[in-house]
Amino acid sequence: MNLKRVVVTGIGALTPIGNTAEEFWSGLINGVSGAAPITRFDASLFKTQFACEIKNLDVEQFIDRKEARKMDPFTQYAMISVEEAMNDAGFDLEKIDKSRAGVIWGSGIGGLKTFQDEVKDFANGDGTPRFNPFFIPKMIADISAGFLSIKYGFRGPNFVTVSACASATNALIDAFNYIRLGKADIFISGGSEAAVTEAGIGGFNAMKALSQRNESPETASRPFDKDRDGFVLGEGAGALILEEYEHAKARGAKIYAELVGGGMTADAYHITAPHPEGLGASNVMEIALADANLKPEEIDYINVHGTSTPLGDVGETKAIQKVFGDHAYKLNISSTKSMTGHLLGAAGAIEAIASIFAIRNGIVPPTINHFTDDESFDPRLNLTFNKAQKREINYALSNTFGFGGHNCSVIFKKYN
Amino acid sequence: MSEIAQKVKAIIVDKLGVEESEVTLEASFTNDLGADSLDTVELIMEFEKEFNISIPDDQAEQIGTVGQAVSYLEANVK
Repeated sequence: MNLKRVVVTGIGALTPIGNTAEEFWSGLINGVSGAAPITRFDASLFKTQFACEIKNLDVEQFIDRKEARKMDPFTQYAMISVEEAMNDAGFDLEKIDKSRAGVIWGSGIGGLKTFQDEVKDFANGDGTPRFNPFFIPKMIADISAGFLSIKYGFRGPNFVTVSACASATNALIDAFNYIRLGKADIFISGGSEAAVTEAGIGGFNAMKALSQRNESPETASRPFDKDRDGFVLGEGAGALILEEYEHAKARGAKIYAELVGGGMTADAYHITAPHPEGLGASNVMEIALADANLKPEEIDYINVHGTSTPLGDVGETKAIQKVFGDHAYKLNISSTKSMTGHLLGAAGAIEAIASIFAIRNGIVPPTINHFTDDESFDPRLNLTFNKAQKREINYALSNTFGFGGHNCSVIFKKYN
Repeated sequence: MSEIAQKVKAIIVDKLGVEESEVTLEASFTNDLGADSLDTVELIMEFEKEFNISIPDDQAEQIGTVGQAVSYLEANVK
């Protein structure tokens, strides 16, 4: 069957290094770290006392106070980033067929703060079950897609993908597939996460997943560095408007890039540890390349999952070398998590945006915080350490991998 | 206005995000103040918390206006 083409026509970002897409990109190419001591709660008893939080955000500038009160922060972030992306896409909402417009959002956890606070209230009480009627609709991860459909009147497919740190990439691939198959013309897609809470930090600390470099938060996220000691938790959202190519062209839309391929696999190995040889990771990149009908040599840039954990970074580079062979040395590879921290279910969205801006601007954002080489990584790989590099990029691939062994890759193509 | 009525008004203004002038005794939560069924449940819970009482469901269902809430609370709060 004849598949439709899918392009990106709107972008919004709310990140620890910038509250708009433009500020985000500027932070990326200037190597800005979003990490700082936690302000959301008193973290003095926690092993990790820093995170990459959203800064200087006045939610009520974007969402009516009454509405905002019914939303967990992860939904507020979704609404704010999507508003930017929808304004950017410039639809005439009166003219588009809203039955062919949908929302596929991603969130790894959903309303963690809401869950934590409501259960804490109950546990602190006398056992009388007094739960707020908004507890469930604030917490459930899918409510973000629900709110978005209500706001824009999009009546097409509507759901949220949950695959931990791969969630937003799963959302993008799903939206991509529905449009390719001709089931819809437009999707609001991307992801959001707001897990910088006691439960989030405490839970990830218990897994020994987080960096504990409390004396130097801004250098803690250091993917591929010998002294990396875990990821830095981030929060925020990334929004992408995906649109069928002819539909976008007919309305004279600005086209950022074309989404040309996606892959999804499972490690089938361990709930949290990545496969030591990066098996799921190499499979997923191969599947994405085949889906896009590309040879490995055609990829110029890989925005890696690269979380700055001791095991994960090694598995991923092994997988890249396996898939790309000698071409691996010609690639630019970078982990933007060195700057943004790890936005979990939103990571795939902001990293897709980073990849698209890299293509458009011919600049590869760096992997900051490289101090000491680690012999686990082939020195011939260009991991784009510390400074952005100029490079003509025709195709960029973005990887995200999630606890549970979920792997996703997407490939974007330059639009001429 | 009684102290109870003042507190009731403040809770409604806060939870429903309406102007104080709209919160008249005759105002209906759903028809005049824009509350949906979940908002109404939340209001009742806030009254229970503020006045430290328990309002049984069958009586809560009878409270649909600001005045009905004030009357119920004035009669039942010790």
